[in-house]
Amino acid sequence: MRQMSAAFLILAIVTMIAACAAMTLRGLVHCALALAVAFAGIGTLYLSLGAQFLGLAQLLVYVGAIAVLIVFVILLTRGGDGDASPLIPTGLPITGIVVATTILALLAWAVFHSFAMHSLGPPATPATVRELGTVLMAEYVLPLEVIGLMLTAALIGAVVVAMKEKQDTQ
Amino acid sequence: MTPLAGCLLVSSMLFAVGLAGALTRRNTILVLVGIELMLNAANLNFVAFWRFGHHAGVSTGVIFGLFSIAVAAAEAAVGLALILAVYRHTKTTDLSLLTGRAQ
Repeated sequence: MRQMSAAFLILAIVTMIAACAAMTLRGLVHCALALAVAFAGIGTLYLSLGAQFLGLAQLLVYVGAIAVLIVFVILLTRGGDGDASPLIPTGLPITGIVVATTILALLAWAVFHSFAMHSLGPPATPATVRELGTVLMAEYVLPLEVIGLMLTAALIGAVVVAMKEKQDTQ
Repeated sequence: MTPLAGCLLVSSMLFAVGLAGALTRRNTILVLVGIELMLNAANLNFVAFWRFGHHAGVSTGVIFGLFSIAVAAAEAAVGLALILAVYRHTKTTDLSLLTGRAQ
């Protein structure tokens, strides 16, 4: 596979359109739904790159959890009523877009002048779930435990932060 | 153009779109969405380099991506909880209204 396949191109284009929609649409709920499409597109890109487990994990975690969580928060904050003026009214949007375009130009320049344009190593063999499990339980067992601890801490922290505070007794 | 360069270009564009959104939108939720897109762009790079890199380990890129997804999930949960807490206090998620309101 020396050239990009058509499937990859289509997936990339769909993902980019969805990401642009997620960042430019006016309605917040529309943004969240476009974001779910973008996440699903990235997940299928992983699948097309041969990382099956990661692609499915992306679909489960991002589309199944994070996008839904974002929709929940939008509805809880009544953002679905409409975002009257989505952009910062001062000159700031121009600055942000200029910064983003500059960074994109820099990154693209770096990619076009890197080894990635010419040579490729031997493609990695697709990682099977069995292999991943073995590696996770043997070589990366400590990071796995740490990430479990961190997820627990984040879960408790999120609940504590979002919990309704007791009214101050006056 | 090789597939690796294609992946890197797609990820650069995703990063730029996320950055532009995070810098220009004035809703806190959409800023968080932009940050998520940037994280995904980084993740795509991990997978691309694992697949096509010169000295890729057995499954290093996939493992790194897996951990990165877990960290992003925790970040999203805590960030959205913070947005909810701020909304409860100020009744707004508008960044331009929130600026300078710290007390």
